[in-house]
Amino acid sequence: MPVATKDVLRLATVGSVDDGKSTLIGRLLVDTRLVADDHLDAVAAASERRGVGDLDLSFVTDGLRAEREQGITIDVAYRYATTPTRKLVIADCPGHVQYTRNMATGSSTADLALVAVDVAAGLKEQTRRHLVIAALLGVRALIVAVNKMDTVEWSRAAYERVVDDVGALARVLGATSVVAVPVSALHGDNVVERSTRAPWYAGPTVLEALEASDAGAWERSCGSRLPIQWVLRQGGGGRSYAGLVSGEALRVGDAVTLLPAGIETSIRAIRYGGRALDEAAVGLAADVELDHETDAGRGDLIATSPLPRVTRELEATVCWFGDDPLDLRGRRLRLKHTSRTTPVRVRALEGRIDVGSLEVTDADALATNEIGLVRLATAEPLVVDDYREDRVTGSFVLVDEATHATVAAGMVGRPPFVTVRR
Amino acid sequence: MTALAPPSTTPGLDHLDALESHALFILREVVAECERPVLLFSGGKDSAVLLHLAAKAFAPQGLPFPVLHVDTGHNFPEVLAFRDRAAARVGARLIVARVQDSIDRGRVPDPGDLASRNRLQSVTLLDAIAEHGVDAAFGGARRDEDKARAKERVLSFRDEFGQWDPRRQRPELWRLYQGRVNPGEHVRAFPLSDWTELDVWQYVAREGVDLPSIYFAHERPVVARDGMWLAVGEFVRPRDGERVEERTVRFRTVGDATGTGAVLSNAHTIEEVVAEVAAATVSERGATRGDDRFSETSMEDRKREGYF
Ligand SMILES: Nc1nc2c(ncn2[C@@H]2O[C@H](COP(=O)(O)OP(=O)(O)OP(=O)(O)O)[C@@H](O)[C@H]2O)c(=O)[nH]1
Ligand SMILES: [Mg+2]
Repeated sequence: MPVATKDVLRLATVGSVDDGKSTLIGRLLVDTRLVADDHLDAVAAASERRGVGDLDLSFVTDGLRAEREQGITIDVAYRYATTPTRKLVIADCPGHVQYTRNMATGSSTADLALVAVDVAAGLKEQTRRHLVIAALLGVRALIVAVNKMDTVEWSRAAYERVVDDVGALARVLGATSVVAVPVSALHGDNVVERSTRAPWYAGPTVLEALEASDAGAWERSCGSRLPIQWVLRQGGGGRSYAGLVSGEALRVGDAVTLLPAGIETSIRAIRYGGRALDEAAVGLAADVELDHETDAGRGDLIATSPLPRVTRELEATVCWFGDDPLDLRGRRLRLKHTSRTTPVRVRALEGRIDVGSLEVTDADALATNEIGLVRLATAEPLVVDDYREDRVTGSFVLVDEATHATVAAGMVGRPPFVTVRR
Repeated sequence: MTALAPPSTTPGLDHLDALESHALFILREVVAECERPVLLFSGGKDSAVLLHLAAKAFAPQGLPFPVLHVDTGHNFPEVLAFRDRAAARVGARLIVARVQDSIDRGRVPDPGDLASRNRLQSVTLLDAIAEHGVDAAFGGARRDEDKARAKERVLSFRDEFGQWDPRRQRPELWRLYQGRVNPGEHVRAFPLSDWTELDVWQYVAREGVDLPSIYFAHERPVVARDGMWLAVGEFVRPRDGERVEERTVRFRTVGDATGTGAVLSNAHTIEEVVAEVAAATVSERGATRGDDRFSETSMEDRKREGYF
């Protein structure tokens, strides 16, 4: 059975409303012939019915009725594409500030941000907000599609202005790779097909840049982490602990600590789908047996050193999505971190991040879609790493106790790129 | 820093392992967080894969939830036989909710014997969810199937009327799936969200997942209607001017027998199906689902009403 194994790149589109993210993805998929014939026919028919030309490429991903009526993306669309060299998981995110929570949803699992910037409009506040959120979420590889080059007669100076502005911000935000491409998503220049309109540009097309990106290869500095999801009872009275391995691979014989209890033991056996393994790779939903019989359960965490810390107090960065502001007297909240959920209180609101200046300024409350620094106190101890060390043990969400709605994305620690002004 | 979901860039974990692990993770997470899950089982390939994954997620114990089949009454006999066999193999408790009962009780109008009952299923499904106090229903839907599904969360919230509101989906960050709801509300959980049709078939091949025979090429009397090949049988009769032909076909999806088309195919083995799917230029619903052709947003509209 030839099952070609291709490495996967997860990307999210980011950038301000109308800068051309959906058109760019539509163009990418259409020009690589990765849209099914019937889907393309349906896009053409919908374009005609709505009087937006022969083929509105944004309709490839803007699939909801309201999106097509308003010509705007409301929620993330996921598309799966296989190029000759790799698999792409594409999250086409909305640009409108009102739907920032959906952009964060799409970016939280991305390895790379495909940034669309309208060359005529330049770097807008909303683009900055998206770049800051992507950076907070740990997305450090950027491909910048400087779009709508057709509207500035392919002006090299206009292109370079955007590249300089985005590049400067990306450097401050700690991006590890930034590739800029002058494109016209509408006309298909430099997306899949190389354009003849910019003889001064010798770099890759958007597709080439995606195929060449090594964004999937994250450096890892922490140990292995297995947050216990579920206890499986094995024949003969044994128990094994199921969870998804993060950080580093886990091996039979590894010395581990069960947290928050702090019990030291080692890995006796690893299984996957009933099969015994010597090693569980990162991302495997394995189950493990420990040498020490303990009463470990859901919410506990098995770790190798360097160990995460156990705490009831968190310094964290949050993106607030609730309809009502976040303040110290607000609604009752719950925090979900790995497989543990606990009541939580906001101890202190240390400030709001201004996405323009990257300064933290005093704030009594965070409005919808604002980003701030908080101190939280949880009812139960959590086992955490800084988000920068481990995306799994460093992330949490806040949940409204009454409605069960998810109202914030949280990251343990503070972003290095903000300065606190008092 | 650790790469996230599905981290198939990790050496040692191939694409199918990553998809499978993510699905096992979702299954376990929902079972841990919700009180009364069920697994929606249509007898199609996606639900067969889902059931296979569910059995894996909780082995060596049995399934910690029952399996619910919404029976339109318009079934392919091979699929009903498969349903019973598949549920028995994993020792699942099978609940059957019948659209016919909804019709008999006056919950939905009787569209007539030969009309599609696809849309009516939503009422039967929501009634069953209410009757059994279900707060989480696993489904085999994939985002590559349809443009509305492409927008849906892995855990998708349904209000007390069973409705999906695509404008007000809960944020879903990282893999922190959050399934709690108030009484009367529920979530749909889609462990196969990130799988494509080709992934499903490659996985079926790798794991030897049992499927109904109609997924493989066979001879069958069909009529051409609405640009599809419909299987002539109890629920599809030739209309005036339609010619019944004997063709070698297979099904790419399994739904209400009145509205599910077959495709001409010589793919008799799993390997041949994988090759056929890899080369397909028409989507599976485009090739086989009559009811998705009538309006631009038919799937979105059905989903808003509580459809799978
Ligand atoms: N002239 C020109 N217009 C473009 C180009 N790319 C996109 N547009 C137009 O810009 C408008 C917005 O495009 P979209 O792709 O919907 O923008 P978006 O970034 O996805 O918008 P949101 O998702 O709502 O944030 C549409 O009218 C497009 O046709 C381009 O390269 N040149
Ligand atoms: Mg868009």
